[in-house]
Amino acid sequence: MPNLSVNVGKLRLKNPLTVASGVFGWGEEFKDLIDLKKIGAITTKTITLKPKEGNPQPRIFETASGLLNSIGLENPGLDIFVKEKLSFLKEIRIPVIVSIWANDLEEFVELTKRLNRIRDIDGIELNLSCPNIKSSKTKDQRVRLIAQDPKATKRTVKAIRRVTSKALIAKLSPNVTDITELAESAEDAGADAVSLINTFFGLAMDWEKQTLITGGLSGPAIKPLALRAVYEVYKSVEIPIIGTGGIMNTTDALEFIMCGATAIGIGTANLVNPKITIEVIDGLRNYLKNRKIADIKELIGSFHHS
Amino acid sequence: MIIQEKAKILANLKIIDKYYKVVLFSSQIAKGIQPGQFVMIRVTETTEPLLRRPFSIHRVKRKKIEILYEVVGRGTKILSEKRPGEYLDILGPLGNGFDINLKSGEQKPKILLVAGGIGVAPLLFLAEQLIIHTLRPSAILLGAKTKRQILCEKEFKELGLDVKISTDDGSKGFKGKVTDLLRDFLSTANTQQRVTIYTCGPRKMFREISLISKEHKASIFGSLGEYLGCGVGACLGCVVKTKRGFKRVCKEGPVFDIDEIV
Ligand SMILES: Cc1cc2nc3c(=O)[nH]c(=O)nc-3n(C[C@H](O)[C@H](O)[C@H](O)COP(=O)(O)OP(=O)(O)OC[C@H]3O[C@@H](n4cnc5c(N)ncnc54)[C@H](O)[C@@H]3O)c2cc1C
Ligand SMILES: Cc1cc2nc3c(=O)[nH]c(=O)nc-3n(C[C@H](O)[C@H](O)[C@H](O)COP(=O)(O)O)c2cc1C
Repeated sequence: MPNLSVNVGKLRLKNPLTVASGVFGWGEEFKDLIDLKKIGAITTKTITLKPKEGNPQPRIFETASGLLNSIGLENPGLDIFVKEKLSFLKEIRIPVIVSIWANDLEEFVELTKRLNRIRDIDGIELNLSCPNIKSSKTKDQRVRLIAQDPKATKRTVKAIRRVTSKALIAKLSPNVTDITELAESAEDAGADAVSLINTFFGLAMDWEKQTLITGGLSGPAIKPLALRAVYEVYKSVEIPIIGTGGIMNTTDALEFIMCGATAIGIGTANLVNPKITIEVIDGLRNYLKNRKIADIKELIGSFHHS
Repeated sequence: MIIQEKAKILANLKIIDKYYKVVLFSSQIAKGIQPGQFVMIRVTETTEPLLRRPFSIHRVKRKKIEILYEVVGRGTKILSEKRPGEYLDILGPLGNGFDINLKSGEQKPKILLVAGGIGVAPLLFLAEQLIIHTLRPSAILLGAKTKRQILCEKEFKELGLDVKISTDDGSKGFKGKVTDLLRDFLSTANTQQRVTIYTCGPRKMFREISLISKEHKASIFGSLGEYLGCGVGACLGCVVKTKRGFKRVCKEGPVFDIDEIV
């Protein structure tokens, strides 16, 4: 049996597969459909300190081989998450990565402190890159992302690093000039890993309703862009990369790994095929077996060396 | 329990114009599915269109699921081109269907079914189940653009139901919308008896029904046909605003008490 296990900082995953935040709910939504304990790790929907109602409709819109979403981080807040969602995740007995977002640094720190005290949480993913929250601080209501500013990224990761010993993952945005700079900032500030990528700012026209739909673009349409981000970042940082963006099958997953991802996140594909995670894990194992590769770690970044 | 199944297409027939019926063999999902619940169908293995499409259950006969659908875009067009013998990847049963259980001590209401166009799809299965539960509907109000597009008249009559028809052009039955027909129907009805209306269609129609039936203190349960993402409650893409906050159409719905929706 080939070895599929990988380490993402302190996190030990029995295989490189995790689910991308926000597309897999709290895990329980998929319990009838797949054997959840086969997954490498579960990343939750992003939570916030206080409950968040999310954006009004329209929240999702299909585009050519892609999906625009503007959910707006709807979640029940930390307390209800811990009370009602965490015990199910814990029972699966795989690493649990909690994705978090906050209005400001103080709130990020507070949220992290409280999560840090909870044994059943293995990792924290900082969502520095949600494209669907309008800034209340700027007059023009433009969307400003922490992950668009290397200094802010560094400051945020650093402050959060101080208050947690759990695996800390910075989730970055592709909506930048040079994503490697942001990855370097996260690494310098003490992140254990970077997660790339969140969705692209996008826009579509709903002709039927005569409205514009804005949101973050995901799905197979963005795969080449995500792959390029992983490829470039691999060259610039030492910490592991969780590669995400348009992965629809085993071949896609292999490409991300060979371009430099230590682990991979599957998002939108779960909506299309709820068994995708298990199919990709089996697919990776078969690939290694057929090629007589003993350890998946041999493949990480292998495109760079050939 | 939600199941993903490869269901064989037994038949896929055009009924009239853009309306089709597909019959699927489902060894697992057909079991225990309730009226108003739905399945998500993956119509292609390519990424165009990307998402699954939701469809209500029109009728179940042992292990056969019937779906009545209207071709409105890419996904339904692809579905209409599928041939018997091919397989469809389906996910179900999903959502909460129509609640047809009376609370203990509750008197039987006068039940009306109201549908415009393709909205009739889940109501045949519902009518069958209501009859089994000795809650025979007083009438089914069917609306269509024109006479030839009236769906399921025969099937409802075979159940022994009183079928009232409206057409936009007056080519059969009442001339006007199905909601006008409902107003007409209720104006002659006794306002003392409690009325329960089951319906399916666009939200605009729900609002009209709600206004029309105000004096009758009717309870109205409608199946919403919003855009869905995952169908299993994970992506939060399909929420609708209710008096108690956002609710997921695919999970808490698709059937809602219309008074709850804001
Ligand atoms: C719970 C549920 C049950 C349903 N049951 C049935 C059924 O039994 N029979 C049936 O014919 N249809 C049913 N529908 C609607 C059906 O899912 C859509 O018509 C279908 O998804 C359209 O796919 P398409 O690719 O053909 O159209 P698209 O190419 O995606 O769209 C064509 C046009 O329809 C609009 N549209 C697409 N999907 C929806 C939607 N879900 N709601 C409103 N507008 C939409 C788009 O804005 C576009 O203008 C149901 C929907 C839900 C949510
Ligand atoms: C419906 C939806 C909701 C999402 N919610 C979140 C979220 O809460 N937090 C987050 O960090 N990313 C969120 N994302 C982004 C995904 O985690 C992922 O980074 C992105 O979709 C690209 O991967 P994919 O193409 O495999 O979906 C969401 C994406 C979608 C489609």
